[in-house]
Amino acid sequence: MGLKIDLDLCTGCGACVAVCPFCALAQRADGKVEVNEACTACGACLDSCPVGALSLETESKPLAMGALDGYRGLWVFAEQRGGKIHEVSFELLGVGRVLADRLGVELCAVLLGHQAGDCAGPLFEHGADKVYQVDHPALENYTAEPYAEALSALIRKYKPEVVLAGATSLGRGFIPRVAVQVNAGLTADCTELDVEADSRLLIQTRPAFGGNIMACIVCPDHRPQMATVRPKVFKPAEPVAGRTGTRVVENLPLKEPGVKVLETVNAMQNEVNVAGAEFIVTGGRGLGAPENFKLMAELADALGGAAVGASRAAVDAGWISSFHQVGQTGKTVRPKIYIACGVSGQIQHLVGMNSSDTIIAINKDPDAPIFGVADVGIVGDLFQVVPELIKALRG
Amino acid sequence: MHIVVCAKQVPNTTQVRINPETNTLVREGVESIMNPFDENALEMALQLKERHPGTQVTVLTMGPPQAVDILKEAVGRGADEVMLLCDKAFAGSDTWATSYALSMAIGKLPKPDLVLFGKQAIDGDTAQVGPGVADWLGMPCITCACKIEIAGNRALVERAFEDGYEKLEVALPCALTVLKEANVPRMASLRGKMAAKKLQVAPTTAEMVGADPAKLGLSASPTRVMKIFSPPPKTGGVLWQGEEPAVMAQRLVDLLRERKLI
Amino acid sequence: MAELNYGLSELAVEIRGMVREFAVSRVKPVRAELDETGRFPAEILRELGKMDLMGLYIPAEYGGTFEGDSMPNIIAVEELSRICIGVSVSYAANGLGADPILIGGSEEQKKKYLPPLASGEKWAAYALTEPNAGSDAGSIRTTAVKKGDTYVLNGTKQWITNGGEADIYTVFAVTDKSRGARGVSAFIVEKGTPGFSFGKKENKLGIRASATRELIFEDCEVPAANLIGREGTGFIWAMKTFDVSRPGIAAQSVGLAQGALDEAVAYAKVREQFGKPIIANQGLSWMLADMATQVEAARALTYAVVKTIDSGAKDYSKFSAMCKVFASDVAMRVTTDAVQVFGGYGYMKEYPVEKMMRDAKILQIYEGTNQIQRDIIGMALNKEYAAAARR
Ligand SMILES: Cc1cc2nc3c(=O)[nH]c(=O)nc-3n(C[C@H](O)[C@H](O)[C@H](O)COP(=O)(O)OP(=O)(O)OC[C@H]3O[C@@H](n4cnc5c(N)ncnc54)[C@H](O)[C@@H]3O)c2cc1C
Ligand SMILES: Cc1cc2nc3c(=O)[nH]c(=O)nc-3n(C[C@H](O)[C@H](O)[C@H](O)COP(=O)(O)OP(=O)(O)OC[C@H]3O[C@@H](n4cnc5c(N)ncnc54)[C@H](O)[C@@H]3O)c2cc1C
Ligand SMILES: Cc1cc2nc3c(=O)[nH]c(=O)nc-3n(C[C@H](O)[C@H](O)[C@H](O)COP(=O)(O)OP(=O)(O)OC[C@H]3O[C@@H](n4cnc5c(N)ncnc54)[C@H](O)[C@@H]3O)c2cc1C
Repeated sequence: MGLKIDLDLCTGCGACVAVCPFCALAQRADGKVEVNEACTACGACLDSCPVGALSLETESKPLAMGALDGYRGLWVFAEQRGGKIHEVSFELLGVGRVLADRLGVELCAVLLGHQAGDCAGPLFEHGADKVYQVDHPALENYTAEPYAEALSALIRKYKPEVVLAGATSLGRGFIPRVAVQVNAGLTADCTELDVEADSRLLIQTRPAFGGNIMACIVCPDHRPQMATVRPKVFKPAEPVAGRTGTRVVENLPLKEPGVKVLETVNAMQNEVNVAGAEFIVTGGRGLGAPENFKLMAELADALGGAAVGASRAAVDAGWISSFHQVGQTGKTVRPKIYIACGVSGQIQHLVGMNSSDTIIAINKDPDAPIFGVADVGIVGDLFQVVPELIKALRG
Repeated sequence: MHIVVCAKQVPNTTQVRINPETNTLVREGVESIMNPFDENALEMALQLKERHPGTQVTVLTMGPPQAVDILKEAVGRGADEVMLLCDKAFAGSDTWATSYALSMAIGKLPKPDLVLFGKQAIDGDTAQVGPGVADWLGMPCITCACKIEIAGNRALVERAFEDGYEKLEVALPCALTVLKEANVPRMASLRGKMAAKKLQVAPTTAEMVGADPAKLGLSASPTRVMKIFSPPPKTGGVLWQGEEPAVMAQRLVDLLRERKLI
Repeated sequence: MAELNYGLSELAVEIRGMVREFAVSRVKPVRAELDETGRFPAEILRELGKMDLMGLYIPAEYGGTFEGDSMPNIIAVEELSRICIGVSVSYAANGLGADPILIGGSEEQKKKYLPPLASGEKWAAYALTEPNAGSDAGSIRTTAVKKGDTYVLNGTKQWITNGGEADIYTVFAVTDKSRGARGVSAFIVEKGTPGFSFGKKENKLGIRASATRELIFEDCEVPAANLIGREGTGFIWAMKTFDVSRPGIAAQSVGLAQGALDEAVAYAKVREQFGKPIIANQGLSWMLADMATQVEAARALTYAVVKTIDSGAKDYSKFSAMCKVFASDVAMRVTTDAVQVFGGYGYMKEYPVEKMMRDAKILQIYEGTNQIQRDIIGMALNKEYAAAARR
């Protein structure tokens, strides 16, 4: 079991040695490749072999014929806190609709809570054919154990083929427990989903290694096929006003939660710290006036909670506190996306942000040095481009 | 008190680069480190040990023989005991099988009051092992913890959400996954490092922890990696000009979506 | 980076790695703030203590890790200095304060005072200088008068590094005025002793993180058991301490100069003028070449002196003075040149080199000014050549 190297095929080119993230491959004296204990059978090397000498050997388990056939239906876990459905649930209903149609099954939502008001309505409007609802005091505040217990019980009873949940801190907190309880595979934080029509397999694509590689993952022998899905990747389903469906109210005997919520502090901070932020929207002198940082905040919000950064020129002008400054004298940042608006890109600014994964610059001067480091440069007036960008992000 | 910290050896993914020509991972020069979040989990344990004398900290890792390096690092910082779960039978485990194996190993240790995990491993990036182990052990698990206080046999824990945080109370034993914000991990002491150099760690096998072979490794893992590929390569910078702002904005958003950046 | 083979022990190499990582991760992020505010880096010293790095010069029997090799301590000072000498002097002053005890103290004194210093629980300071006794340290006026089984101290010490922060002070005072330098004795004085207080904290050009304060003794009674050695031996302990501590100043100098060189080369590679990086100009790269050469020469001399002392040499005052004077002059020149490499940016507080240049100046002043060092070297030469002529 594990990685197999066909030594007859191996030409000793060494291509696979360089790609192994775990240093598990090495060339022998004769140039052919061997694998050591560091191998995690991740499969990263398979495609690197030009002659197809590498394969993953798995013990083929006799498939209980038909055992998987009892599972039907695509479920979406509808995340709800304080009676408000999380946006990601509508996104899941959006992609779920497409997949469910391809599989020819119902699209269902699961709603857990206690006296949370009528949350099922919006789920129907966004495409759910059926909503499974559990109302129980143990589910009043989210804690992982009763949530997992409830969802597992529903899965055991109704046997869905696919279960999707948002890869939010709530979803990622309890879905892994469900996977253990129902003996299912779980793919984390997916950014792409597809189904293979004849095998009915859910093809789940997700980034790993800090986004450096993408993996396609399937669960051939277990049901349901479970995945958490990264928020904001899929477009939310278009609501159809007045659309309804079947409501299944389930009474479950749940255990008293072991974790007690003493206090919930909603600190929706507008001031996300730029250091360590995944997304940063930075304004420079081109903003022209302090109040225009509102535009930056709006863009940050449209990105789903980005931090707002600033050039020193903007800080020195007193438009924003030095807490936000990026660069030589400010913070050094390495976000996934850095959007510089009205920043010229002097070296003192660049040293603080030029290792960002993706840099986007908006500046009206086509010769601005910021374009030298930008992956995408937009030459234009930020007061025209940014509002359009916000619109496009929200749309 | 007995605290078990689960730690994973990972490649330092912040050093990983993609070769733009072959579009494959360039691993050269990438060091193996203790998963950064696990450093925070260990630090949380060591701080509890300072505050509650008599506390024992055991660090557990499942991995190849060279994963012993992170156990040595842990001893250098002040861990009391270590366990290296190492067996070919574990190779290729997904989070389901990893969680099972770790839970069996923990079952062999003195009964823990607290089991700590990092929020997630920076290579696999799933954040599933912590809650998974807790489930096998039948313990509550609080994910994304940034603060803990122990009073008697109860713990007061602060956990972060996307938009705020919660104060929670839980009876011990329990499991936590720990965030970066929780603390600043200490560095190993000189004496600790010296002790660690001498440390001999015999691998603990699947059989020694009484693990069911049918629940281990690649063949027991429900998930299968079908294919690994590099994300679409970064286009060398492009400059758009002279078009309608709305057109350029929409194209940008489409591009970001396509690259899975948002 | 390629390096010369200085035959460092495994321990010295280990310490270099530990302190280098520590300095970069813990000191670098705060050094500008420490410089700006003059805040004492207490948390940094505490962490160094937890890492067992405060007792590198103290033998194992007193809780440290010293086993005859001074290089680990020297390298720790060098690596901290590479990032901030305001921090490294606060660290090294502990050794300066403890050295008289190590050199002249009784077994009881060593057992009592060294272990908490080695663990970093307590900090030390060395108090010789007075308002009217700087280079001419033999002219100190603080007095110690025997009274029963105590000595009563009166007088003021000035510019004492770690003043107010340290718990244990070695204080030099006159027990017999008539005998000049031979009438000086050394005492261990604990913070909190009645009659012992602190004056103002100085506002300095550089090493602003370090605490430099007055110590004030007003009828301060110190147990007679805290006298180091016999009455009248104080000046010997003071001078012997300098002989072993001056290579530490040299190590600070080497580290600081290296830090300035690091910054200058990195900047010269990215700063572009006339369409190319400034390092591509021969005039500038030669400047960097001279800086690097001086740093390595200073390091080589410093390490050689330390190894000579460790080898059990008897007479090394000359060499200690040489490495101090040479390395500190190098540090001053190299930091000044680093500012030059940065141009106007180097003159701005946003970049670290102006601080380094300000910091460097102290190295030519404390633990004996560079004029005094040259005096020591000159006197030694005179003596050695006279002896050779006689033979
Ligand atoms: C020692 C030192 C340290 C420094 N440290 C830092 C630091 O840490 N961080 C930092 O940022 N800077 C730092 N600087 C300052 C740096 O050199 C630049 O002066 C500063 O970054 C410029 O800020 P800016 O790009 O916002 O302003 P400008 O250079 O004035 O650029 C404004 C840009 O906005 C564009 N613009 C104007 N209106 C519009 C519009 N309507 N739509 C689109 N674009 C528009 C213009 O074309 C121009 O490119 C430092 C300088 C020194 C000397
Ligand atoms: C590209 C790729 C994608 C993958 N995707 C999935 C997937 O979607 N679903 C899936 O089930 N598996 C997946 N795997 C397998 C998974 O990475 C392994 O099971 C791995 O051993 C644990 O998962 P993780 O690295 O994500 O850890 P996480 O669950 O992110 O780790 C959380 C914490 O658990 C503890 N921990 C994790 N592993 C160990 C260990 N070996 N020893 C001690 N403590 C540990 C640490 O405290 C860690 O901080 C994938 C593997 C690869 C290579
Ligand atoms: C930041 C700081 C920290 C200090 N820390 C300590 C400490 O921890 N403990 C302590 O005891 N002291 C400490 N000192 C004191 C320091 O050691 C003295 O400042 C130093 O010995 C010089 O004495 P002075 O300042 O009185 O200069 P002076 O002796 O007044 O000298 C003034 C100038 O005259 C020159 N000069 C003097 N005599 C001669 C000569 N014979 N030949 C040629 N030139 C001569 C000197 O070189 C100097 O250039 C510290 C000083 C400073 C500034």
